[in-house]
Amino acid sequence: MSTQPAQPGTIFSPTLAARFDRLVTLYPVKRSALVPMLLYAQDEIGYVSDAVIAEVAARIGITELDVRNVVSYYSLLRTKPAGKYHVQVCTNISCMLRGGNEILDHCKKKLGIPNKGVTPDGVFSLEEVECIGACSWGPAAQVNYAFHENLTPESMDQVLADYRAKAQNGGGK
Amino acid sequence: MADVTFTVDGKKLTAPAGTLLIEACRAHGIEIPAFCYYPGLSLQAACRMCVVRIEKVPKLQTACTTPVAEGMVVTTESPEIAQARKATIELLLGNHPLDCPVCDAGGECELQDMTFKYGAHESKFADIKNHRDEQQWSPVVFFDRPRCILCYRCVRVCGEGMDVWALGIQNRGSGSVIAPNQQDHLDCEECGMCIDICPVGALTSGAYRYKTRPWEMSHVGTVCTHCADGCKTTLGVRRASDGMEIVRGDNRDKSGINGDFLCIKGRYAFDFANRDDRLTKPLLRQPNGEFKPVPWDEAIEFAGKRLREIRDSRGGSSIGVIGSNRTTNEEAYLLQKFARTVLGTNNIDHHRTADYPAFAAALAGISDASLRDFASAKAVLLLGNDPTEQHPGLAWQLRTGVRLRGLHLYVANHQNIKLRRQAAAFLQIREGDYAPLIAYLAGNDSALDGNGEAKAFREAIRAEESLLIVFGAEFRGRDIEALVQFGSSLPSVKFACLGDYANSRGAADMGLYPDLLPGYIPITASAQFAQEYGPSLPSQPGLDLLQMFDAARRGELAALYIVGSNPVARYNLDPAALRNTFIIAQDLFLTETARLADVVFPAANLYEKSGTVTNTFGDLQLVRKAADRAGARTDFELIVRLAAAMGANVKQLVPFEHRGVRADMGQARGAQSGEADRHGVWLAAHHLEPKLSPFDPFAILDEMQRLIPAYNVPRLDLLVGNDQHSRSGPASGLVQIQTAAARRDLVLPSSDTLFTSGTLGRYSSTLSSVLESREPAETAAD
Repeated sequence: MSTQPAQPGTIFSPTLAARFDRLVTLYPVKRSALVPMLLYAQDEIGYVSDAVIAEVAARIGITELDVRNVVSYYSLLRTKPAGKYHVQVCTNISCMLRGGNEILDHCKKKLGIPNKGVTPDGVFSLEEVECIGACSWGPAAQVNYAFHENLTPESMDQVLADYRAKAQNGGGK
Repeated sequence: MADVTFTVDGKKLTAPAGTLLIEACRAHGIEIPAFCYYPGLSLQAACRMCVVRIEKVPKLQTACTTPVAEGMVVTTESPEIAQARKATIELLLGNHPLDCPVCDAGGECELQDMTFKYGAHESKFADIKNHRDEQQWSPVVFFDRPRCILCYRCVRVCGEGMDVWALGIQNRGSGSVIAPNQQDHLDCEECGMCIDICPVGALTSGAYRYKTRPWEMSHVGTVCTHCADGCKTTLGVRRASDGMEIVRGDNRDKSGINGDFLCIKGRYAFDFANRDDRLTKPLLRQPNGEFKPVPWDEAIEFAGKRLREIRDSRGGSSIGVIGSNRTTNEEAYLLQKFARTVLGTNNIDHHRTADYPAFAAALAGISDASLRDFASAKAVLLLGNDPTEQHPGLAWQLRTGVRLRGLHLYVANHQNIKLRRQAAAFLQIREGDYAPLIAYLAGNDSALDGNGEAKAFREAIRAEESLLIVFGAEFRGRDIEALVQFGSSLPSVKFACLGDYANSRGAADMGLYPDLLPGYIPITASAQFAQEYGPSLPSQPGLDLLQMFDAARRGELAALYIVGSNPVARYNLDPAALRNTFIIAQDLFLTETARLADVVFPAANLYEKSGTVTNTFGDLQLVRKAADRAGARTDFELIVRLAAAMGANVKQLVPFEHRGVRADMGQARGAQSGEADRHGVWLAAHHLEPKLSPFDPFAILDEMQRLIPAYNVPRLDLLVGNDQHSRSGPASGLVQIQTAAARRDLVLPSSDTLFTSGTLGRYSSTLSSVLESREPAETAAD
């Protein structure tokens, strides 16, 4: 993507700010841009912070309360920081039948955090999620946007080890 | 729209096409229960209580979202429907506390009523209730989450109705919860509409909660004592050790001009009446300068004697009288009659909040607009003022009109007032540009220089078929004249002038002016009044309020009688100026003015008396006695007693015997009132008609109606509580009113906000607590 000029008064990167400028023009009503904006903002900031809510509300011309109403409705929008790698373990029926709960329990033990917890070093966070659409390859987990399927406790260990190594090497998401 | 015919429960009904089934049924006396449906708000269809069976439709349908159709056959009550509603209630009660005996809404809760009706007394839910502690969101609003049934009424009335949007819904499913806009508290107009509209006890008010049970109160519909909109407020009163205490204000019965709307002042700011620091004993200043409580007889006799001495030795022109913006019409009328006939002076004035005489003169017989006219108006031009703050009832009417009827609202203001959000066109002008604006609208293109939007604004206004022009105190004297002149050039125009207090208009109509008699009759044309008042009427215009204080400073004002007014604070007067003036003050509290008085009479407020008041639109309404405070007396009684103590002929002052032909027969008195009611009982016991009292305001209303043609409205309509629009100005075209330019401009707008109400507002704990809770935020914003 081409580099965008920095925008004054925004908490977002110039690229994202420019993207938002365009996003609000795409729909018959500005409000329709709300959910995509929140998702993009969460990807960049890591979670939907008060500052995100304030700026998004201002960009769309609705109240912060309106934004909070929507944020609280969707479970995939977070209002607290997650780890660098957000581990989402599915426990819906297909995954559950093939050991999704065991994978979740294993992750809790391995990472030493409860559901929705964040490791002290901020590398991992863990969340039990509803169906992520990988039913044919359960049990499955999603780490940020990458899928890991047909998991066993052992393969889950490997997945976590790989991400930890990536984090130590200063790797990206 | 064309009518359609349909069948409900075997009855053939007719309603205009497009009517919602629930409304059509209610209009014919068939009640369909509903929690989320509320007339005038958007549809929610959240509660599923209004389900009905419609023939040929496979499932039960919600009557609140179904428009009636030709030939539709509907069943509203059947075992199947009862079962569906019962199941809905069972789900609602799943986590709802079943502690009705201690719930604030117990006894007037729609969920309780429905449970009673459909009998969902058993529950399949065995889980422990998910308790949450109550939250206080503002000094006014408390929220008890488990009681909430998520009907969304509060969210909608706050957003759509009030245009505040302070409430939202967060989370989803069974975790859904009503949320305030500042996460843990509310930043809003504190109108209490959300509490009023809540069908259960989830939202409760700091003013009323846990103070009483609904069935322990008597309810008296009267008129709010604060701003000049004249909203009906139904006061819930209860016996207290020292009289009748007000515990609640609302307008659930939707009577009056305001429907169910009330702002914070009408709903909660009655609390000044219950304060402990209210005056309840007459105070007499002692030689050592201190006040001493004395018996009534002593105080009245002393005051009467001194006034008489002063009148006889120094003449009536050495006495001044200041009236109130909050007393009834009868009291204001009586006060000026007392001043002119007993004291023999025209030195009478009041705190003027709008230039009503200029308005009356400019109209010259054209009728002004009733607040009711706003409910059907097609277009409104609002010039100056900020109704959201100063006339919340009018603002509600305007918002509702725009939202539900497509009213065209045109706003011209020097500030970005909130109502611009509803405006079809908003024209921002400079503060001094109201007069040029009228010149511009009237066709003078050069009057408003450099305002690019003015042209479109003018064209839009001129294209309207009918227009209601409402203006604030920015317009006075000649500007009002010019405005009315411009308006009269348009096809169909009505005008309204915005003043500030409950009876500011009445005070003006009743002639609390040094140069005008009731009905804006110049003092120099008093022939008609001389007939009733006797020939001793002083014929020279008296001193206005500021002149009175100048006279006092010069030592020429020997006495000053101040009724329900606080000019010392309002006009920032030097107390030293009044050092040599004998002052009688009548008030609820020891105000800055009362503190300077020689005699202080504790007075009743508007909720503790009967009579009539006139809102700023000229709508005349009955005031009913609701509360009572031992020790306080009505201004009416005090004026009469003072006159008697001066040796005046009371029958001449209040024609209660020979001409009091249309007495109120007790209707105007509160059912539980103290003095007036005992009086009525005594009269009845002695086989006397209850119109023989010199304290009967209706004897004065009789005289008012004889002398002020504008007030000659049907008495019966007034007595049953309907507002009656008085025709503005001197109805007899023969009387020549002074031109506006010749009068001195003494209008001092009070610039009250939603949370202030002159001196009286300072004594309302609710208003003070709201102001206090806002202070830190406002400092931060600065």
